[in-house]
Amino acid sequence: MSEPVHIRRPRRWHIAVFLAPALAVYTTLMVIPLVETLRLSLFTEQDQVRSFVGLGNFITLFGDPRWAQAFWNALLNNIEFFSIHMAVQNPVGIALAALLSVPRLRGRAAYRTTLFMPTMLSFVVIGFIWKLILSPLWGVTPSIMAAIGLKSLFGPWLGQEDTALIAVSLVSVWQYIGIPMMLIYAALLSIPEEVIEAAECDGVVGVAQFWKIKLPLILPAIGLISVLTFVANFNAFDLIYVSQGALAGPNFATDILGTFLYRTFFGHQLQLGDQHMGATIATVMFLIILSVVAFYLLVIQRRMRRYEF
Amino acid sequence: MSQVPIFRMRRAVVHGLLGGYTLIAILPVLLIIMNSFKDRKAIFNHPLSPPGPASFSLIGYETVLKQGDFLAYFQNSLIVTIGSLFFILLFGAMASFALTEYRFRGNVFIGLFLALGVMVPIRLGTIAILEMMAKSGLVNSLFALILVYTAQGLPLACFVLSEFMRTVSADLKNAGRVDGLSEYVVFFRLVLPLVRPAMATVAIFSMIPIWNDLWFPLILAPSEATKTITLGTQVFIGQFVTNWNAVLAALTLSLTPALVLYLIFSRQLIRGLTAGAVK
Repeated sequence: MSEPVHIRRPRRWHIAVFLAPALAVYTTLMVIPLVETLRLSLFTEQDQVRSFVGLGNFITLFGDPRWAQAFWNALLNNIEFFSIHMAVQNPVGIALAALLSVPRLRGRAAYRTTLFMPTMLSFVVIGFIWKLILSPLWGVTPSIMAAIGLKSLFGPWLGQEDTALIAVSLVSVWQYIGIPMMLIYAALLSIPEEVIEAAECDGVVGVAQFWKIKLPLILPAIGLISVLTFVANFNAFDLIYVSQGALAGPNFATDILGTFLYRTFFGHQLQLGDQHMGATIATVMFLIILSVVAFYLLVIQRRMRRYEF
Repeated sequence: MSQVPIFRMRRAVVHGLLGGYTLIAILPVLLIIMNSFKDRKAIFNHPLSPPGPASFSLIGYETVLKQGDFLAYFQNSLIVTIGSLFFILLFGAMASFALTEYRFRGNVFIGLFLALGVMVPIRLGTIAILEMMAKSGLVNSLFALILVYTAQGLPLACFVLSEFMRTVSADLKNAGRVDGLSEYVVFFRLVLPLVRPAMATVAIFSMIPIWNDLWFPLILAPSEATKTITLGTQVFIGQFVTNWNAVLAALTLSLTPALVLYLIFSRQLIRGLTAGAVK
């Protein structure tokens, strides 16, 4: 009590030294460009003079028929792209994880390794592989389908307007499935032994045990996977660019926000690249992603807390 | 009395389902690798049969190695990936050590500031990144890619490494301090070796999106001298669409390094992904 704390501690420079490199790189290359992109969306350029237009670019994007039509097309396609992921990837991922976690399963490690393999490959490789396999020119798919008697169902799926988006989405699911599978598998393994034993004592076993006991317990993992998938889907680009081109054909049937942003920013065919409209689209994507992530963190994740042990 | 047959039947169903999906997962890749070693006629007439003495051919690989500089692309990818990983791990470990070891004003804020980057994709800032790189003359340099990927990887690295930094015993660090070691020595000599397993996990995690990325190489470094293997494959195949041998060979060359790395590190990767639930 005698000496008040006016003895100043020496400045702890080492804290700054430890933090500086990470903060410098992260701020300069991630935070500032993001803020700068948001700012650019409020400007336009004519005759190399940049001028402030407020929300003018957004009004153009939503209001001008030429832009609005392309934008809503890309947004709706993106929503469909995401919906197909959710509808196929989650059930299949959960099913595979449930099968993998069957007790005393032989060859578990081998299954795990091979099932996760496609997730490791690049979208470029995946895009081309499936483009070749689904190509009517090569005829691998028709001959496989013929072997199971379904040859008549084959079509050039990637080339038809009404099937292209579904086909590309399924290719993306095929590649991405390893992530939900592994995260759910981990969630299943972390269910305490006592919970399972208690269920068994009550006669809840097998499939019923999965639905009544395990599924509610892995809901947080499913929530996390859904938001991860959403973020990945709403800035997806590579797969569509590789398999369908920058024009996201046929007739923009597979155009999503990522390809729309790329075309707007860099230009294509006769249309010149437009930095400010590009920034506007990036801003819209940012707001979409941010609102869904915020909704997940503030609403969904909080409600799920109660399932934790 | 019927317990055992039912048990066996269940096992058979489980193996049937898993085996079936395994086939779906690997058949497309196998098909490409297999056909890359066949001549054109065999590729089209018998796509499903493995290369035999009559159909074996390396013509695709000859074209690829003559026309595309795959060795250089591979080298570029290697430089970019290793460079980025080095900075992600070093800077990430330093920052997470500072955030978990010391109490200071702004600690929580900096933690949240970094965490933001886990959820917001860096691609959304591309337009300003390109402008910045153009101004500083870094367009078409591998360094530009390394910088971007370091920024992209840091948030998750800090997040994961912080968890592990907390587990390092305080007694050990304090013993070092009593012996007169500086904070830097405590970090580099005592703490860093102890979090090596976590660093390996972070490295494997961060490596995949960097090695496989198309977006930033396409936008920031599309020149011939700086093409990564992902971009190189994309451009090469775009030019040789009709040469099936070359396309199949290029795909095989492009996927082999990732596949080999995966087979070596799969155990560690899966353990990391499942947060240690898998031993």
